[in-house]
Amino acid sequence: MQSYLLAKDRLDGFVSRLADRLTVYVPAKGADGLWSFVASGSAQPPLALTPEGGNTNMPPKSFVFPRTEVLMRFDNRAGEGGMILREEPVPAGRAVLLGVRPCDAKALAVLDGIFGRRASGDASGEVSGGAFGADPYWAARREATILCGLACNYPCPTCFCDQMGCGPHHREGLDALWTDLGESYLVTILTERGRELASDLAPAAQADLNRAESLKAEAASLLTGKFPMDKIAQRGVLELCELPLWAELAATCLNCGACTHVCPTCHCFDIQDEVKGERGRRLRNWDTCMSGLFTRHASGHNPRGDKLARVRQRFMHKFKYIPVKRGEAGCVGCGRCIKACPVNIDVREVVRAMNEQAPQTPEGAA
Amino acid sequence: MNNPYLPYPARLTGVREETEDKSIRTFRLELLDPGQAGAFAYVPGQFAELSLAGVGEAPIGIASSPTEGQELLFSVFRTGKVTEALHALAPGAVMGVRGPLGKGFPLGDLKGENLVIIAGGFAVTTLRSAMVWLLDPANRGDFGEITFIYGARTPGMLLYREQLATWAARADVACHVAVDRPAPGWDGQVGFVPQIVAEAAPRPENAAALVCGPPAMIKYTQPVLSELGWQDGQIFLSLENRMKCGIGVCGRCNVGPYYVCKDGPVFTKAELDLLPKEY
Repeated sequence: MQSYLLAKDRLDGFVSRLADRLTVYVPAKGADGLWSFVASGSAQPPLALTPEGGNTNMPPKSFVFPRTEVLMRFDNRAGEGGMILREEPVPAGRAVLLGVRPCDAKALAVLDGIFGRRASGDASGEVSGGAFGADPYWAARREATILCGLACNYPCPTCFCDQMGCGPHHREGLDALWTDLGESYLVTILTERGRELASDLAPAAQADLNRAESLKAEAASLLTGKFPMDKIAQRGVLELCELPLWAELAATCLNCGACTHVCPTCHCFDIQDEVKGERGRRLRNWDTCMSGLFTRHASGHNPRGDKLARVRQRFMHKFKYIPVKRGEAGCVGCGRCIKACPVNIDVREVVRAMNEQAPQTPEGAA
Repeated sequence: MNNPYLPYPARLTGVREETEDKSIRTFRLELLDPGQAGAFAYVPGQFAELSLAGVGEAPIGIASSPTEGQELLFSVFRTGKVTEALHALAPGAVMGVRGPLGKGFPLGDLKGENLVIIAGGFAVTTLRSAMVWLLDPANRGDFGEITFIYGARTPGMLLYREQLATWAARADVACHVAVDRPAPGWDGQVGFVPQIVAEAAPRPENAAALVCGPPAMIKYTQPVLSELGWQDGQIFLSLENRMKCGIGVCGRCNVGPYYVCKDGPVFTKAELDLLPKEY
């Protein structure tokens, strides 16, 4: 693994040279006061990779999984060639996201598994859809998006990435990890495509690497809110579904869906058709399990017809179902849902309560 | 790369009114591309998304059997936006089919066993597929006794009438077709499905049951099977949930750790008993 050094006062120049070859996105504050990734050319110099509040308001998930995405188009007319859906190509062109937090990169790695992206050279990787192969839209955008992470030296009070198989300096999903050393960034190359970004940088010294290691340890020590999840893992799905906490939670939850909207791992979507004159298209849009319409059958029957079932679904999906299925949590501990919830539901408290209330021994055991 | 969201263009080659209340039609579809038609390899119990450009998609069980050739049959109850539009189509129309999707009945694993097929109402569709497949000369010898139990409200609500008659005429099928109440011109069995199952008393030894029907039928058939000594792992049920992607990504058919579209729709009773009743 190679590491390079970039002085902070040379950041703008580095980014603009990079932008000659690729589209570079950096965190920037918008007119609405919210931080998001914007094209480097439209960001106000000097560039700052660390948003106020620690992270962008929305995760960079939408670069790979847009809120609305055209899947297909068709001619909306009878006759030869009409009404036949044709694949919409994913726009060409590569992008670099600079300043992605490790939690958000880990989230994309979790979603790689769910959308069925096969890692290069990994023939055994599970692919959703069997013979159909991976989700081609996800795969194409993911391949075209290079992720440069920025390690967190100062985790927020709402952060719990270390509890979710991630951490402030976690590298999973990233092509390069940058560490803020004060006057400069340490640039650690993690993949082949991460390497091409560092071609004009000077190698780092051992002292820089040591400094990054101690920052990593300090950041980890700032994350103190530990909560066990052992019983959630051991107990059955039904046992967890029947815990008393859900009724209490459902009394508070508004089913507004703010949590699912800001979540870097939420990936549920809807598919809808739109027609205008002789043109038609099929789109997919982000959706939310908090909505009753999400599951309602055409007959009117609704498998998750009440609020309790819906609020329970979000937590069970992330902390039980995805772990059962994929061996890792469907949450990366970014804490956005804690900040977004209008009724102060704190995912950490929910998980803590799930584990506390879960029976000590399996149902039926003596 | 194959795009799992892209439907295969298909032509509607036939439409058949199945029931007296005109709520269910069987659609016969032919994939336009011979290569795609040849590659559409499915097993009974799988489903496909029927796709109407500009309207949307509906997941429907495949009613035909792969032993019948390349044309596909779907029996569709008219109940929502897509199925309404589908019922308005005439033969010759071009639409889309996306599939085959999901896991069907594990018939390959059940070779050598006796099979009991229990259907209620229009949930008989994928069980028609299973029956046709099982009775095909290439497969019939691999299985023991086959018992077919099917109930509908009235004689006019029975699907696949001609097919039922050919099955009833066969010596190698114990065929029990019943309607809920006596009806003019009906000389077959009368009674609800659980009662017909109790009368037929299928033995659980070296056997499996494939059960599809409305929730009330499933609920009251279950104790009858238990009484006869059937175990939950021998009973295969098929779920229906709202779906979009059909490949285990979009999330809406999620029940416990399973996606009905990808891990199902067929599950054993033993598997379902460990899940919340979110179906």
